[in-house]
Order: sequence, then structure tokens, then C-alpha cells
Amino acid sequence: MARLTARPTPATAPWRALVLAAAALYFLVPLAASVVFTVDVPGRGVDLGAYTRILDTEGFLPSLLLSLELAAATIAVVLLLLVPAAVALRLTAPKLRPVVEVVCAAPLVVPPIAFVAGIGTVLKWGPEHLSRTPLFQTFVAVQNPDFPVVLVLAYAVMALPFAYRALDAGLRAIDVRTLVEAARSCGASLPQALLRAVLPNLRGALLSASFLTLALVLGEFTTAQLLGFRPFAVWIVNISGSQAQMSVAVSVMSLLVTWLLLLVLAGFGSRRTPSSTSDRK
Amino acid sequence: MTPLMSLTAPAPDANAAPGPADAATVELRGLRRAFGTTTALDGLDLTVRPGELLALLGPSGCGKTTALRMLAGFEHPDSGEILVDGKDVTTVPAHRRDAGMVFQSYSLFPHLNALDNVAFGLRMRRVRTAERRARAAELLELVGLADKGDRFPHQLSGGQQQRIALARALALRPRVLLLDEPLSALDAKVRLTLREEIRRLQQELGITTLFVTHDQEEALSMADRVAVMRAGRLEQCAAPAELYARPATAFVAEFVGTMSRVPGRLLASGATVEVLGRRLPVDGTPPSTGDGADVDVLVRPESLGVTVDRAGEGRVLGTSFLGATVRVSVALADGTLVKADVPAHDAGRPAVGEPVRLTLPDRPVLVAPRAT
Repeated sequence: MARLTARPTPATAPWRALVLAAAALYFLVPLAASVVFTVDVPGRGVDLGAYTRILDTEGFLPSLLLSLELAAATIAVVLLLLVPAAVALRLTAPKLRPVVEVVCAAPLVVPPIAFVAGIGTVLKWGPEHLSRTPLFQTFVAVQNPDFPVVLVLAYAVMALPFAYRALDAGLRAIDVRTLVEAARSCGASLPQALLRAVLPNLRGALLSASFLTLALVLGEFTTAQLLGFRPFAVWIVNISGSQAQMSVAVSVMSLLVTWLLLLVLAGFGSRRTPSSTSDRK
Repeated sequence: MTPLMSLTAPAPDANAAPGPADAATVELRGLRRAFGTTTALDGLDLTVRPGELLALLGPSGCGKTTALRMLAGFEHPDSGEILVDGKDVTTVPAHRRDAGMVFQSYSLFPHLNALDNVAFGLRMRRVRTAERRARAAELLELVGLADKGDRFPHQLSGGQQQRIALARALALRPRVLLLDEPLSALDAKVRLTLREEIRRLQQELGITTLFVTHDQEEALSMADRVAVMRAGRLEQCAAPAELYARPATAFVAEFVGTMSRVPGRLLASGATVEVLGRRLPVDGTPPSTGDGADVDVLVRPESLGVTVDRAGEGRVLGTSFLGATVRVSVALADGTLVKADVPAHDAGRPAVGEPVRLTLPDRPVLVAPRAT
């Protein structure tokens, strides 16, 4: 990052400022408009009532918690799936990389609406044919409205392209094979080598993969709505019909919360872990 | 193998030179390995004596790195076996091989500082913190970087990183030290100092060491013995001086140092060769090409004399100044290109285009079948 934000030469500086200003305008104007809309009550001036009312509104906390739980579960599934796969790909089968890349990019090509239609069909078809097998209970369990596992599975697929990119970039920056071999010649078994020599150097990539997944799950609407669950994004859309001002206030809040999480993760990522040998006195 | 014992036992004279008696013998027997259609090793036999530094030298793709990686446990032979102190370790996994390795590319763990990098192996063996701190500090001192323990790899120069990597490889007191072109990523000056340092350390510790390199100068200057490899096989394994003076094959002769081929004719009995207008005895066994056969005589540039002579059959094509000597390229009458070194201070240095006569000292010469 340090190299990217290097001091500009005098010739490029005005251009940078111009581009930055244009981008800021593009992003900040809609945001500012939203904020103004939420606090400006005609005839009464500035009023923060829209924000204070959020907490009292029915369904706010449960839907937000559900979204956060789904996000945590999705992150776990995605990382457990992708990290071993990406590392194994680098170590043993570099030729398969394009294949995995295409597979991981596929969810970008399939429209969410088609994806969810497919899931819906399977969910309907399954119980009909499997009603006499133990699998029937599985179908019921994955659709538990308190914690819909089927959404975790769907989100994991939808997060694949982003998480894979982030991980791949992290793996590209280190020489996995040499690190593993160096660790092994130092007496580490293969799992130890991966855990102690490779994973710590992927922390940045793991964090950005997690963050992208988190952002995706918090904002996902189509799948959840069509499958009939009510996480945060669905809740926002539902209340916007009755309380327009508050729904925008919630959106602004969730944006700020997301930024805050990003900053926390970024700060966490740039901090060095205390060294195990030199710090313990 | 009791690495844990040897680590935790008090070792007051750990860095005092142990006699070659406790250094390991390494034997590679008939190692074969093919990657798809390419044969990396084609029956390699090699014995490394206790406490010696053996350089594996050869062109790229000759299998030297594969051989080293097999000894480290990162590659497995299709057939053949690897013995350390007479014990077959072919199926022992890499992390139980008791071999320290330094890699070509910088291989330090980026998330650990220098001290933790060196202590990594000790941590894997669950050595207590205080002890591994002491041992790691001791090793950093050994490679002359005692004050850099808290630096991270990206804060260290390439040469320093390789020193740390060397310290890390030595941390577990391995039986064998493996060096995979550790100097090739460094610039020339650092390479020279580190070369001497590796040699000094190796002799001090008396550890059996294998050193892979494609740089013949590196191999000749550092190693006790040099094993020249070609296409997955051993061509010759000998002390540097012997390798240079008495190469066993034409390949070794031309790969190690510079060799010119001067056309000659093998005389009856095959013990004498006629070259550059004189008859010289043949060194070693002549190629079995029969009497009166056309052969090439292999000569080092420094053993050729060059004198300006109007009647000479050679013509100077170019000269290049090498410091102490000037290398003269001479084209013979039949078009053969020959290189000769003449002292730089010689007043009679031939100019480009001048006719010259080449002379050979009165010594036995190496003969190879005529190259086509």
C-alpha cells in the first residue's frame, strides 16, 4: 500500500486531485442527500427522530442479528472451503488454477434471480420426493427461519468470486511452496507448516475476503426475500413502505456501521502479531 | 535420530568444531526420477564424505536441484535410495530428515522477525522459550547479525536474509546442510563475502554440506569436492584442482573453466597426438577412434602461448582485457576459434587482424573425439 500512495510528482498532482474530487462528488452527493432527507423534517428544521426511532421499531434487532449470524457462518464456510483449496492448488496442482478460477467466477454470471429460482425449485421438489427418507428432516432444518442454513449455502456460493479474488491476491504475494518447504525443513509437519508459516502471511487476504463476504451478506436482498426469510436488508425494504424516512436512516446507519467494520478490520490487519519468542520475557 | 535429545542437552561446545567423526555420511544410490517425459535424474550415484562441502555443479536442468530436494525429502525418487550414515531415509518425511536447507529465493517467514525465524524450528520441536531465545541469539551471532534480531525480513538486505536463513537452517543442529543456489539472487560483492562466510561456518561446524550451483567459480572456490552433473547423471566427482587439471570427460573439461578445441591428429599407438606442428603425449586414455584419426586437443587458455609471426597460421579476431591477463581470440586456418590468455603487461600484445603463431607447452594433452 505504501508504494501505491507514494508522493505524486508535481505534474500528476492536479490530475489526482481532480479525479479524487470527481469520485468524491459521485459518492458523497447521494449520501449527503440521504442524510439530509433523514434529518430534515419540513416545517420543523433538523430532527434526529428518524434515527432515535430505529431501535424501537419492531424487527430491527432480530433482523440485524440474523444478518450478522448469517455473515459469520458464511465467512466460516467460505474460508474453510477456499483456503485449503487455494493453498493445495498452489502446492500440488497449479495447472488446475484456471479451472478453479472459472468455477469461482461462475456465480457472477448467473443472475441472482435465476439462482434463487433454482434453489426454490429444489426446496419444493426435495420434500415431495424425499418425504419418506431422513433427508426430509434435513430439508426442514435448512429452512429454519431462526437460522436459515440454506441462505448460508447460497451466500457462500455468491461470495465465492470475491473471496477467491482476495485470497488469490494474497497467495500471489507470497511464495507458498518455498514457505512450506522452509517450514518443513525446520521440522514442521505439513499442517503445522500451513498453520504457522502460510496462514499468518495471508492475514490481510483473509480479512479482505471476510470483509467482502460480510458486506455481501449484510446487503443481500433478492435471495432472502424470494425464499421468504427476513434478514436486515429485507427488513429495511419492508419498513420503507410505511416509514420512508426511517428506512433511509437505517440505510445510512448500516453504511456507517459497514465502514466502521472495514476500518476495524483494516486496523487489525496492519498490526503485527506480537512475536512469540521475543516478546515473552 | 534423537534431535530433541541433542537440542535440550547442555551443549557447551556446540559451536566448537566437532571432528568429522560425528559428521554424517550421505549416499545417493541409483536415484531415478522422471517428470512426465523429462528425466531429471537418470541413476545418480554419489557419496558425500563426513564433514565435507560437496558442490553439485551442472547446467540448468541437469538434475542437481532435484537431487538436493530428494535429500531434503521434498521430492521422491522413482527408484534408488538415499542413505544417511548408512540408514535408508528414502521414505522419511521431510520434517524428520534432520537436514537444514537454505533456498535460492528468500524464504524467511515474512511475519516473523529475524530471531523468531531462527527460532522457528526450535518452536516446532517444543523447546522452551528461554532456551530457544538463547540458542537463536547464539546463531544470529554466529552469522554476524546479533544486532538484527528484531528486524523483519523486509527490513533486511538480501545478503542479510540469506545469513538469517543459514542460521535458521543450522538451528536444529542438522546432520546435513543443504544449500540450493543460496547466492544466486545476490549481487556480486555480497556473493563473494557470503561465499567465504558459508565456507568458514561449514568448516567451523564440520557439518556435511551439499551445495547446488551452476556457477563453476563458486563451486571450485568453495567446495572440498565438486560433482559435475549432466542430464541426470554424474560426470565426475573430484577435488577442484583435479577437476580443472584432469577432467574425466570432454563435457567436464568444457563446463569447468574455459577450454578451446584445437584440431589434431592421433598418431599410431594412440599415445601421441600431432597438434600445432608438434607431437605431444596424450593424457589419459585416448578416444578409440583408431590410428591417424582426426581429434580435438583440449587446451586451457592460459597454457597457450601467442607470438606475433608473419608466417603464423592464426589470425587475431579480438582481444578482451581481463585485468591480469588479456584473452585473445584466434581463428586458425581451418576456421577453428581458439582462446588464449596472455599476461596483460606483455609488450608484444597482438593487435586485431595480426597473424600469430600458437604454441603449446611440452606437457601431455587431453584429447577428445572431433566435434562435428
